[in-house]
Amino acid sequence: MPVDDSSRDAGRDETGSDPVGLSRRQFLTAVGVAAAGVLAGCSPETREAFLQKYFRELSPEELELRAARLRTAVHARFGKDVQMSTLAAQPGVSFAYALDLSRCIGCRRCVYACVKENNQSRHPQIQWIRVLEMAKSKGIDFKDANPYYDPEKVPDPHHFYLPVACQHCRTPPCTKVCPVGATWTDPDGIVVIDYDWCIGCRCCMSACPYGARHFNWTTPHLDGAELNPDMHVLGNRPRPRGVVEKCTFCVHRARKGRYPACVEICPVGARKFGNLIDPEGELSIILREKRVFVLKAELNTEPRFYYFYGI
Amino acid sequence: MSEDATHKPPPGDGEVPPGTTGDEFSIAQSNALVPLLVMFALTALVIFWIIVRAEPVVSPEGAVANKAYGPGDFPQIFGEDTVLAGLEQDAAKQGAQAFAVSAPPFTEGIFPCSQCHADIPPNPERRPLPEMHSDIVLHHDEQNRWCLDCHDATNRDQLRSASGALIPFTESYRLCGQCHGTQYRDWRSGVHGKRVGFWNGPKRYLLCVHCHNPHSPRFASLKPLPPPVRPQFLRAEDAAAAGGTAHAAEDPGEEHAAHAR
Repeated sequence: MPVDDSSRDAGRDETGSDPVGLSRRQFLTAVGVAAAGVLAGCSPETREAFLQKYFRELSPEELELRAARLRTAVHARFGKDVQMSTLAAQPGVSFAYALDLSRCIGCRRCVYACVKENNQSRHPQIQWIRVLEMAKSKGIDFKDANPYYDPEKVPDPHHFYLPVACQHCRTPPCTKVCPVGATWTDPDGIVVIDYDWCIGCRCCMSACPYGARHFNWTTPHLDGAELNPDMHVLGNRPRPRGVVEKCTFCVHRARKGRYPACVEICPVGARKFGNLIDPEGELSIILREKRVFVLKAELNTEPRFYYFYGI
Repeated sequence: MSEDATHKPPPGDGEVPPGTTGDEFSIAQSNALVPLLVMFALTALVIFWIIVRAEPVVSPEGAVANKAYGPGDFPQIFGEDTVLAGLEQDAAKQGAQAFAVSAPPFTEGIFPCSQCHADIPPNPERRPLPEMHSDIVLHHDEQNRWCLDCHDATNRDQLRSASGALIPFTESYRLCGQCHGTQYRDWRSGVHGKRVGFWNGPKRYLLCVHCHNPHSPRFASLKPLPPPVRPQFLRAEDAAAAGGTAHAAEDPGEEHAAHAR
């Protein structure tokens, strides 16, 4: 069917301008100038939020600006002044974690200490650590593991307990599948997420063989009074709706030299954290002297999270 | 496309030539199947409804079984972070001893032992312990051991090693390490037991007796903190929590979208 071109150009004269009297070039220039004017007029923090750059390409000044903007946003949302660390990985540090299965009694103190430290959503409930109860008769068997056990007292003599969180793999499937590069491995081995860059597609969740990643289906609810003010840009700052989150080895604590919150709450001392490069550190000693294994070793994810039998 | 097929009367429509019994059989069978199918569909619907739309299970005590607990519900466990303050105190003390350890977990008012034992002559006999120590039940190699194998008979405020050397209560790990050598080695390097503080700096150790009652050393069992909310109850639990508290006010336009799945 032939198209009648004359009808489309009916309102235009030879110069190509429309009845309003504005050419396409003039219109686009005006829009551009207006946008530049608006951006120039607003605060540097708003400008930073609008023209957001990829986190790993930020200069130190831009990083500070990002932290300042996030601090303001947290204050607006929770009415609380917080510290927003931007501390990068220290050179000569390679973090690893070890968990003594012969000690763990499944008391779930770590689960709740993690929620408190990392500002997870209370409603709906998000927990980064999941403690699996497994029958001693079956050994490590994910098919029949029970995360909902609730007896009067633990440990149960016929069961053992296997807490699972992010394994901080050296070859992480989750960062490989992220279509926008919002999650990556930092030089000290911590797999981090930029919540501003995450588009919420949840590919990483389906790629993770450990179920370690959690999605914010709604805006996470937690009271300002319960907010932990010690924050890191890539760690425990309050998350928006529609992003994925997970364990970061308490990046805000670990990069300052402190043990993660789960290590310090564990009543049986089953949780060990340290620098693999330090030959006298507890992690080096455990890897040298104890019977160590990783979860789903056949997947070649090479986790930094080791399980061992201390007895 | 065959028009014959579409206009063909459905089987079992009564136009079967008399004498063939196959279609009569299928009529009887389909009639019998209808109630079965209806029952099956109803059961499936009920099961689907229970799984998808169930309200939180209410336990006999009246508490909601799938309440979402948070750390705020356990203030006695998740109190203020006092590690750093304690670390400084311990670091000051550390010059005198090899490890910065927390103070021994004495029962209130029981130490120094000499405040009572100064007037009591030592009695090495194996017996049920009277008054102050009636709570002590020895479950620690009790066939071969009694009080004065670890407590010194003359200096009641000190412990006593196998060689007779006095050991203060603040260094009781030296006493324990006599028998539990591998645990002592692991404890010193941080593999056994808990250390708090800095992975690359000052740390505070716990004494053996903070976790193991020296008279009955097996780790005492604990009540576990509540399990996570099951996915099918997340939405109901969230709605209940948002309805009753300030959570709803924070974000009034918030749709509690389907986060059950």
